[in-house]
Amino acid sequence: MIELKKVTKKFDTGKAILTAVDEVEFSISDGEIFGIIGYSGAGKSTLIRLLNGLEKPTSGTVEINGQMITAIKGGELRKARQKVSMIFQHFNLLWSRTVKENIEFPLEIAGVAKSQRGKRVQELIELVGLAGRENAYPSELSGGQKQRVGIARALANDPEVLLCDEATSALDPETTDAILDLLVDINKRLGLTIVLITHEMHVIRKICHRVAVMEGGRVVELGDVLNVFQSPQAEITKRFVAQVADSGDSQETIKNLRELYPTGELVKLVFLGEQTEKPLLTKLIRSHSVDVNIVQGNISHTQRGAYGTLILQLKGSPAEIEEALAFLRAEDIQAEVMQND
Amino acid sequence: MIESLFPNVDWESMWEATLETLYMTTISTLFTFIIGLGLGILLFLTAPKQLWANKVVNWLTGAFVNIFRSIPFIILIILLIPLTLLLMGTIRGPNAALPALIIGSAPFYARMVLIALKEIDKGVIEAARSMGATTGTIIWKVLLPESKPALISGITVTAIALVGYTAMAGIIGAGGLGTLAFLDGFQRSREDVTMMATILILIIVFIIQYIGDLVTIKADKR
Repeated sequence: MIELKKVTKKFDTGKAILTAVDEVEFSISDGEIFGIIGYSGAGKSTLIRLLNGLEKPTSGTVEINGQMITAIKGGELRKARQKVSMIFQHFNLLWSRTVKENIEFPLEIAGVAKSQRGKRVQELIELVGLAGRENAYPSELSGGQKQRVGIARALANDPEVLLCDEATSALDPETTDAILDLLVDINKRLGLTIVLITHEMHVIRKICHRVAVMEGGRVVELGDVLNVFQSPQAEITKRFVAQVADSGDSQETIKNLRELYPTGELVKLVFLGEQTEKPLLTKLIRSHSVDVNIVQGNISHTQRGAYGTLILQLKGSPAEIEEALAFLRAEDIQAEVMQND
Repeated sequence: MIESLFPNVDWESMWEATLETLYMTTISTLFTFIIGLGLGILLFLTAPKQLWANKVVNWLTGAFVNIFRSIPFIILIILLIPLTLLLMGTIRGPNAALPALIIGSAPFYARMVLIALKEIDKGVIEAARSMGATTGTIIWKVLLPESKPALISGITVTAIALVGYTAMAGIIGAGGLGTLAFLDGFQRSREDVTMMATILILIIVFIIQYIGDLVTIKADKR
């Protein structure tokens, strides 16, 4: 369990006082994958560094599994850091060490005997899928492989929490997916709590359970990923959600669709969770006399279930259309007729 | 044939002078490496935002390095005569040259160490901190290995400069090829002796450069 209470971090830039993190307060449960999203300068980098004491807050407290990270220092803090490990956007591997030696580094720091290190390193190499590359130097690896070394290194001392600092931002989309899958796998297998910061909404959508949206050092929105995607409240959250899903909401789109499908009614359906798995359209067509034409559709999968939108063209008499809508609403689907005004 | 090209060369004293030059260069390079490394690390770690950030220590170390780096070597030798006498009990011979050689070149190497350490990716140091490394571990297992190629090429340049310094020290009686070239060659107008001493110095320099380059390349896994 991670608990932040009124955490504020101010930097004195010489000319002005900059508030990087402003009274942030939330808690993260064990085994959760918690995402923090924000544009650069939103304070998320500083915030994640407060969790392992790389930065000290100006005020407020950070508590991880009963230990007050903000109150300890020296040897005690170094010991605590072995349980709260971190991976980085640019991997930060030692170029002078091989894959094996890089993964061994945290074990050396923890004072693990040489005879036991080799076995542990081998386990970790298997876990992250790097078997056969033990003796390669980082310069001989691809970006994805480097991040795998970073993850193995971070897991070496059996941490309770893994902090991911833009861990996939330097990778191509395919490698990003593979690394995210690995993180989910680790989360499930080891029960590790993962806190990640990113500016990419698809990372949040793909692996996070909950998300906090940051702007100007403050958390402006926090909630279940599914809910945040479904009904974003803050302006900035809406922009992030729009990054990954074209919800077909903008007037422009409605106008375009109207021109393409001038007859009947355009109806937008919103699915959430298990509703996406029901054969709704089949039922609708079988039991009603309207003509159904799929215009646009989109289903996204998150760790907490799927959500999606579907735009249909319904043709029939107004009464028939009204009946069809009533049926859909009875099935607990949000259905609205798209007006262009 | 060599005898006819270098008629005045006394090979035995030439060999002895070579060994003296090698002795002075080796010992002074060794101490320069250790002291320069220490000063360079201190300069790096006490700089603002670093692990031991400390304005006073940083300023004092920087001032010391800059002052001793700026004094011309030939003047430094003279200035250090009392210290040399105190430490070595003499101001003549190879050992007498060592304090001046080391004090003259360690600050020079310290600057190179500082440059080498500044080249290290800050993220790697942060990663080590995030793993719970002590400053000692960071110095030994991150800073030094990650800057190894630059540290080696730096000490190569310094060692070559030191060969030059030993020759200069030779003028005031430190021994070695410098003394031989000056006293036996220049002052007695035996150009062949000066020429032979020069050739030997060049060979020493080339060998140092060759070994330095080889080790640098081998150490660099980037």
